[in-house]
Amino acid sequence: MAGLATTFGSGAMTNSINEIENAEVILVSGSNTTEAHPQVARRMLEAVDRGARLIVIDPRRTRLAECSHLHLALRPGTDIPLLNAMMRVLLDEGLADDLFIEMRTENFLALRDMLNRLDLAETAELTGVPLPLIRQAAQLYGRARKAVICYCLGVTQHVCGTENVQTIANLAMLAGHIEKEDTGVDPLRGQNNVQGACDMGALPNMLPSYQDVHNEDFREKFERGWGVKLPEAPGLTLVEMTHGGAQGSIRGMFIMGENPMLSDPTLSKVEETLRGLDFLAVSDIFLTETARLAQVVFPAACFAEKSGSFTNSERRVQMVRQAVPPPGECRADSEIIMELSRRLGYAMEYDSSGEVMEEIALLSPIYGGMHHDRLEQNWGLQWPCWDRNHPGTPFLHKYYFTRGRGHFMPANHTPPGELPGPEYPLLLMTGRIYHHYHTGTMTRKSERLTRECNQAVLQINPLDAKAQGLRQGETVRLVSRRGEITLAAGITDQVEPGMVYTTFHFAEAPINLLTNDAFDTGSRCPEYKVCAVRVEKIMDS
Amino acid sequence: MPDAFDVLTTCVYCGCGCGLYLHVKDGLVCGSQPSRHHPVSRDNLCVKGWHIHESINHPDRLTTPLIRKNGALTPTTWEEALDFTAQQLGRIRDLHTGRAIGVLASAKCTNEENYLLQKFARTALATNNVDHCARL
Repeated sequence: MAGLATTFGSGAMTNSINEIENAEVILVSGSNTTEAHPQVARRMLEAVDRGARLIVIDPRRTRLAECSHLHLALRPGTDIPLLNAMMRVLLDEGLADDLFIEMRTENFLALRDMLNRLDLAETAELTGVPLPLIRQAAQLYGRARKAVICYCLGVTQHVCGTENVQTIANLAMLAGHIEKEDTGVDPLRGQNNVQGACDMGALPNMLPSYQDVHNEDFREKFERGWGVKLPEAPGLTLVEMTHGGAQGSIRGMFIMGENPMLSDPTLSKVEETLRGLDFLAVSDIFLTETARLAQVVFPAACFAEKSGSFTNSERRVQMVRQAVPPPGECRADSEIIMELSRRLGYAMEYDSSGEVMEEIALLSPIYGGMHHDRLEQNWGLQWPCWDRNHPGTPFLHKYYFTRGRGHFMPANHTPPGELPGPEYPLLLMTGRIYHHYHTGTMTRKSERLTRECNQAVLQINPLDAKAQGLRQGETVRLVSRRGEITLAAGITDQVEPGMVYTTFHFAEAPINLLTNDAFDTGSRCPEYKVCAVRVEKIMDS
Repeated sequence: MPDAFDVLTTCVYCGCGCGLYLHVKDGLVCGSQPSRHHPVSRDNLCVKGWHIHESINHPDRLTTPLIRKNGALTPTTWEEALDFTAQQLGRIRDLHTGRAIGVLASAKCTNEENYLLQKFARTALATNNVDHCARL
């Protein structure tokens, strides 16, 4: 979310989910919305039924792309040139919102100069999308009165992920499509409480409510609140921790409800690092691939066995309520943390999650008015919610951006960290499917969900399949420079020739053995959307 | 308490955050149903939400703390698991400083738990090495 933070000042959806259905033009980039965010897709399709225009930017012909008016099937990793070309069209055709740019933004000249130097035909060539199609998309987006851009991990999981997001923000500001209801830029968050975990400061460089660890004033405020001196240097990010190697600087880890042994890139490195630790403790509801490597495993209560709150993609903080007692000896993670903290000499005593929330409200300005008794009423509250009387904020950046003026951040094309070549001729993209969630720890335990889908499928174009003599459903070997797995071939023209696609939900076909650990330097997000592979037919043995 | 009742809560399967009712019967969650007026779900759930109860009661759920003895994870008491973990993390903190400890929070846990975990990392363990899989 570093991209939106530097341009707008807040890394979150600017709109509410329901506003999407009132937009006139919806631009979706790098989001397989019908599978990963079914409720958001429902709003998009309802908007289309009411006459909205839908533009989908995706290398694959996803279900949403099939419902779109314009499908820009770009080459993976060419988001920046595509959006730059759209912006150049806006400038050339007088569709830029001059008043908005003048009143609300800064650094426009840098963007304009960069765009004016652009060779449109050459840029279009780079993306693989015909120029007339790009022009049409730009005109649709630029002329709309209410337009939203929704994007997801297809935009961020690249070496240039931060620049991709900044370029999206540039486009929205250039067209003046921000600050209003039903108009804005909406990053869809993958997991149920990613937004909340970020808000709560589960980040190496941020204290709760995005208060920078670097900043002495913020640190001092928390030192007063918590009564101890806090470390000044920002910490390591997740992948820096899990890729340190057996002799890395990290010697001990505590992992709560995460499964880096399936979710992180280049899994062999993760395994080496975790096995090389002096100590690993894991708290989870099932014995995950990661928990199997631990010295101590704590049985945790699941969401139905504890109370607290989640924050969804539209910044809505909502109650999670206990329905049943935890099974066996399971305990809520909060209890486990308090027990450990007390033993380590820093006692934390809270009688309820509501009491924890009171402390959060005290120290985190954007959660200032979030109290459990208020969240219990209505349907929660959307941050920023500054105090007890504040009604919450359905859409952001009205009258002024969080950072003051919106900041244009011009960016140029950065090629992916690894591209197909003679030895590995295919380009692999990874993603999600409708029936499963993340590493499948929960969904693969569900009888009906596994009945619908219980194996990893490699989507491959009929031309590529024919060249290898593959049949539908045949087990094939997928090889990259980092490893190999076997999985079933699914022959479909959803993917273009030269590309293959699969998901990361399945432990028996752990695709992240293959993925590249090239990172975006801004957000440390791994490049899951592009790496080079080859498909091998398995000969009868 | 009646032996069958519904509890309104929030779905855990994606960033949409649907409001749903869990049906509880004889102390077990046995089904789910969308909230009709919730602004996101509006009387609708995806296939994952409709089957959310199936993983809750699964026989593979962990129910006791485990500790590695002679190479294998074996059941143990809470006291031993907590004491051993605190002792190990404390030893590493005192020997190499907090920079040698890494903590992963979770995008599947509640706000309150994430808040407590990062507070625990920054105070008791003296480290800013705390992150979660926001980018994955």
